[in-house]
Amino acid sequence: MTQPVAPAGANTWLLGTRKGAWALGFDGKPQPGEPWFFGAQVHHVVQDPRGSGTLLAAVRTGHLGPTIYRSVDCGRNCKEAERPPRFRSKEEYENSDLSADDPRRQGLTLDHVFFLSPGHARQPGVWFAGSSPIGLFKSEDDGVTWEGVTGFNDSPILAKWCYNFAPGTPDGPKCHSVQVDPSNPDRMLLGLSGGGIFLSDDQGKQWRPINAGVAMDFAPPKEDGTEYEFGHDPHDAVIHPANPRRWYHQNHCGIYRLDWNDTANEQRWKRVGNNMPKDVGDIGFPMTCHPGDDKTVWVVPMDGGTVWPRTSVNGKPAVFRTRDAGESWQRLDKGLPSRAWHTVLRQAMAHNGGTPLALAFGTTSGEVWGSHDEGDSWRSIVTGMPKIMSLTAARLD
Amino acid sequence: MSTVRVRVAPLLYSYTGGLRVVEVEATTVDEAIASIDRRFPGVAFRVIDEQRQIRPHINLFLGEHSVRDLDTPVSEGDEIYIVGALSGG
Repeated sequence: MTQPVAPAGANTWLLGTRKGAWALGFDGKPQPGEPWFFGAQVHHVVQDPRGSGTLLAAVRTGHLGPTIYRSVDCGRNCKEAERPPRFRSKEEYENSDLSADDPRRQGLTLDHVFFLSPGHARQPGVWFAGSSPIGLFKSEDDGVTWEGVTGFNDSPILAKWCYNFAPGTPDGPKCHSVQVDPSNPDRMLLGLSGGGIFLSDDQGKQWRPINAGVAMDFAPPKEDGTEYEFGHDPHDAVIHPANPRRWYHQNHCGIYRLDWNDTANEQRWKRVGNNMPKDVGDIGFPMTCHPGDDKTVWVVPMDGGTVWPRTSVNGKPAVFRTRDAGESWQRLDKGLPSRAWHTVLRQAMAHNGGTPLALAFGTTSGEVWGSHDEGDSWRSIVTGMPKIMSLTAARLD
Repeated sequence: MSTVRVRVAPLLYSYTGGLRVVEVEATTVDEAIASIDRRFPGVAFRVIDEQRQIRPHINLFLGEHSVRDLDTPVSEGDEIYIVGALSGG
């Protein structure tokens, strides 16, 4: 079974930006009613691809803190969740198994919801939200009320996995890439920046790290010569919608593919980014999968050189595409500026899921670039927007 | 219980239906906010976070005095101001 990745008949790019959310036709034409949440940070706007059309937005207002808004009429009316995500109070952890220095004992305060993800296609109304500080939340009523996923948020080992909730990542640590296996609603994947990739086979009750084979260049080699089990920095991880046994992820330290093997003792990531041109490297944020071809993905390399500017490599923007599951890569820069310093964040590249495939990415400098030939050529859709933090496809009627 | 008036910042008008001043019965600042929340659900969590702290860019005043302790008592006729204070680009 294939999990829908974009609403059928998508006709609009939704932009989550530093100053609100915008809706643009694929030709860049503004949609009526936008911007939404003007002035607020919008980390993610997602329309339910499973048919309901519900729109959820992860909004952090300047004064009033983080929340989730919901619309069931294509954004014409947006209503705040009746019970937005929130962490437990410190009092609730007083008699818990958490270690004495666990920050949850002092109380975590939600800074922002970072990632929104629809649940399995057979579970309409179920959504997940990843947050900063690191947390995972679930709604079973189509985004109206949210509760923490206790098997994750309350797990004593979570503190060990995520550097004890240390705020090292720019804009705070993130729980992102929340994915439900299209073939198995019990199986979930998520990424922690930093922390690594984690898997659950029981709808989030228990989790385990899945990071074998992934580099961790920002830590010294372990003295016993073994690999780190967790502590990695995945930027964007996906279960391929057309083949749930094929996973990809763009990491702080490379591009990886994992082909799930039921009989293997260990699931191991392969660094397919080693096949990228050496003068480009394999550092980046987004990882975008073709909806029907498990060998095709797109990435946007960034400069991960000595000072990590995280902009287009050598000031020459390019998307890279593989047609053979990462064994080789093609540079796609036709139509892109010959000189620019783009940063494309992990949630800022998407496609419409349709045929022909429309592909687009947004930059932190407020540009949207689109392609109608699977990346062979690009054209400017809009400029002058605020910092773009997410780009997704939606159908607005 | 004392009757106090709570003056609401414009950024909360969407919660109060445009009402700028809400009169409530309370003995503390916390009770006053909770009382507003019963009438306008959701407003308290926009002012006070899950650890019972006033959000960083919200200021509460009792008369002209800044309040950080939600258990601060209120008296008959007091006015509480909920003010937004945000800087940066």
